[in-house]
Order: sequence, then structure tokens, then C-alpha cells
Amino acid sequence: MRPIIDVVISGWGSYIPIYRLPVEEIARVWGASSDHFKRDLLIDEKAVAGLDEDVATISVEAAKNALLRAKINPEEIGAIFVGTESKPYAVKPTGTIVAEAIGASKKILAADFEFACKAGTECLQCCIALVGSNMIKYGMAIGADIAEGAPSDPLEYSAGSGGTAIIVASRNQEREPVALLEGSTSFVSDTPDFWRRPKKDYPSHAEAFTGDPAYFRHVISATKLLMEELSLRPSDFKYVVFHQPNGKFPIRAARILGFKKEQIEPGLIVPYVGNLYSGSSLTGFSAILDLAMPGDRILLTSYGSGAGSDAFSFIVENGILAKRDNAPKVFDYIKHKKIIDYALYCKLRRKI
Amino acid sequence: MSVPRYWREMPYRIRLEARKCKLCNYVNYPPRTKCYKCGASEFEKYYLPQRGILLSFSIIRNPPTGFEKTTPYVIGLVELEDGTKLLTQITDVDIDEIKIGMELEQTFRRISEDGDSGIIQYGIKFRPKYLKF
Repeated sequence: MRPIIDVVISGWGSYIPIYRLPVEEIARVWGASSDHFKRDLLIDEKAVAGLDEDVATISVEAAKNALLRAKINPEEIGAIFVGTESKPYAVKPTGTIVAEAIGASKKILAADFEFACKAGTECLQCCIALVGSNMIKYGMAIGADIAEGAPSDPLEYSAGSGGTAIIVASRNQEREPVALLEGSTSFVSDTPDFWRRPKKDYPSHAEAFTGDPAYFRHVISATKLLMEELSLRPSDFKYVVFHQPNGKFPIRAARILGFKKEQIEPGLIVPYVGNLYSGSSLTGFSAILDLAMPGDRILLTSYGSGAGSDAFSFIVENGILAKRDNAPKVFDYIKHKKIIDYALYCKLRRKI
Repeated sequence: MSVPRYWREMPYRIRLEARKCKLCNYVNYPPRTKCYKCGASEFEKYYLPQRGILLSFSIIRNPPTGFEKTTPYVIGLVELEDGTKLLTQITDVDIDEIKIGMELEQTFRRISEDGDSGIIQYGIKFRPKYLKF
């Protein structure tokens, strides 16, 4: 898919809470071994939101960082979409809270999207469409989650907190474009690998079924479709970012598709913060924008259970150099942390 | 806090929006209809600075109703870069780390909520400044 008008990234920003829970601490509480999570799934610790944080606060912090880089008046934004599966209200849009907090105009589209872990890139697709059809000047897409896994469930070891906001604009409007969208594609099917029923606190999953028929089928299919549409090969990309439920899945997907380790490693943040669900692939992408240089081509492919993937190809432009240092980088947040124990984790996440 | 009051006070609670007197330049926060200093009634919109320093603080161990699960927490008097003083909650800090003179920055957080089914009230707190922005 390509918009009628060229669409560029105008700004990007992320936010990761300060608290970290090591997988050894979770394993200690449940009498399990952390070896599998550290060695096989490449997860060392996960980011934990504070008692006064939720998806709205994470989204606002990420949005403010994106505005610092975009250097635009928030009143010029025409749409704010938040992709999440942990919105603070069952009924009341998070997008309106973000809009009010950043001082956006009242003449705006605002909504929350849900598609498990790919809701953030769905927001991006929709912002691209609105900007690319000249309906709005700027669109803000946010992917953020306070991911939950049931106590002692394997998901508990990886479910982290954080998010990223991306502001897109038409090329004509943007004086300092960060990256040009070359094209995007989406691939979805009814694949019940992971779900959460109404009024349940924690998601359920189909164990190993989350692998080949779910994650790998959709990530690989969307990526292949995009590369075919754009006549690109793996070697044409400097960096690739896939959804990161753990470290093993994106590395294996990259290998199957023919990408090298050095293409995927810079955007691999899951060892340090865990699986950010809707914020996962966008925050990996944000980490790449923190270091990419003009001319670099970046592949971004999300995955959301249920199931589907969105794939995007961007070419980095000169504007990235003037904007990069205007806001904290993903690894600034990753490095600044406070290690907590399981008891404090239970308090912060309102389990006690 | 009632829903209408929270809604009415959003600009100064969640964006730290103040009113700067056009006559004497005094920053009125929270906003007033008459300038606290000179009594004039012409203002311009003014956003309080993002950063400041901690002038004084109190550690709350016996909280009011609704804040029982958040103890211990810190309430601080913060002097912002423009001299405005603000009473606010300090977050992301261990109580043994808190000290007068520490540099702080704004962060958007949950302030309180009306039980399980009421509204969530958001606002600005301050956290230790750890990034250069």
C-alpha cells in the first residue's frame, strides 16, 4: 500500500518506566529456573510501570517526546490514535486524555485501537492514510501497554511496560523529514493464539501454537509481501525491527527471511524491558531512529495475536540529524532504572 | 473531587497552564480572574517551566482517604525555573533519596481515582531530573 501523497515521519518519542523486575526474581518466587527465559528467550528483566502510571500517562510522556522532535504546534495535529490492550478505561478513549494533556486542538480525531500487540502499527497505518489523503496535516500514532501476564504464567516473565509515539506528516508540509514511507502492507487471519475475554484480568494463550501458525506465519508473510511489492531484498535494508514477544522469535524470523544478525540486533530491546505488547515493535523502531543515518532503509513488521502483521519500509532522511537529540532516546530510558523485588512489583501493579 | 470540577481545572492541573498579568507580568497560578499582585484583569496564557528544584518536602505516612495504598509518598514545595512555587507530589523517588535542592522535572501521572468505577484524575507530578532534556 502506498498513500497518494508522500508521507514522512516528522517526530518520534518513547517512554519506559523506571522500575525493572529481573526474571531471576520472578523465578525465585515461583520456585522455577530463570535459565530458559534468559538463555533461550533472551529476557533479562522487564520494565514495570509505577503505581501512578498507566497507558494514558505512558502515552502522554511518549507524545511529549515526539513533539520535542517534530517541533510542531500540537494544535496542528489532526488525529491522535492510541493502540493498546491495557487502556485505563473500558469505555472512554485514551486518545482524548493525550490530546488534552499535550494541548492539542479540539478539532481532532481521537480513538483507541485494539489488535493485541499490533494496535500501535494499526494506528500508524491509519495516520498515514489520513495524512496521505490530505485529510489532516499531522497524525500521531501511539503504541503503548502495561502488559499483563498471570502470576507464574510464562508471560509474567516477559510482560513489560512502555510505549512510543510517531508523528507523521505529508512531505510537502515537513521541512525536516525524519524518514520517508516507501510502502506498507498488512496480513491478517483468524488465528486464536492469544486472547483475553471480557472482565478477565489476564490473557490466555495457546502455548506453542503462538509460534509457527501465529507469529512466524504472519510476520514472515507480511514482510515477504512488502518486499515483493517494493521489489526489495533483505540486503537492501540497513535495519529490521519485528515484534518482540521475546528475543528468540524475532531473531528466528529474521534468519528465515534472510536477514543478518547485525540488521536486527540494534532494535532488539526485549532483553532490557520485556514485551511491551502494542509498544513493542514501535519502541524497537524508535531505538533504530535514535541511531540511523540518512539513506538507511528500515523495515518494521509488527505482530498482533488473533492475528496479523503490519509491515512498513522507511528510508531515513536528513531531518533526523537535527531532531534526534531533542528528546531522550530509548536507551537513555533503558539505562536509567531501579531494580525492584516481587513484593514491590505486586504493590506497583495493584496485585495486593 | 467532582467530575465537573476536575474537568474545569484540567488546563492548570494537567498542563500547568497559568495566567500572566499583562500589566505587571506576575504569573498567577492557579489562574485567577484578577491579578494577585496588581488586581488587573488582562492576562496571557502562560505555561509553567518544566523544571525546578526542591525547596522543602514532607513524607506522608498517614494519608487521606483514597491514598492508603500509595504510602509512603512525598509532597514537595518546588521552585520552578521562573521562580513560581508549586506544591506537588514527587514521584519515582525512594524516600531515602529525597533531598532539598535536588533538580526535578515534570511528569504526567495519575493523581487519584474515585474508586473502581469513578473517573481517574490525572495531573502533573515532579520526578528527579535524570535526562538532559
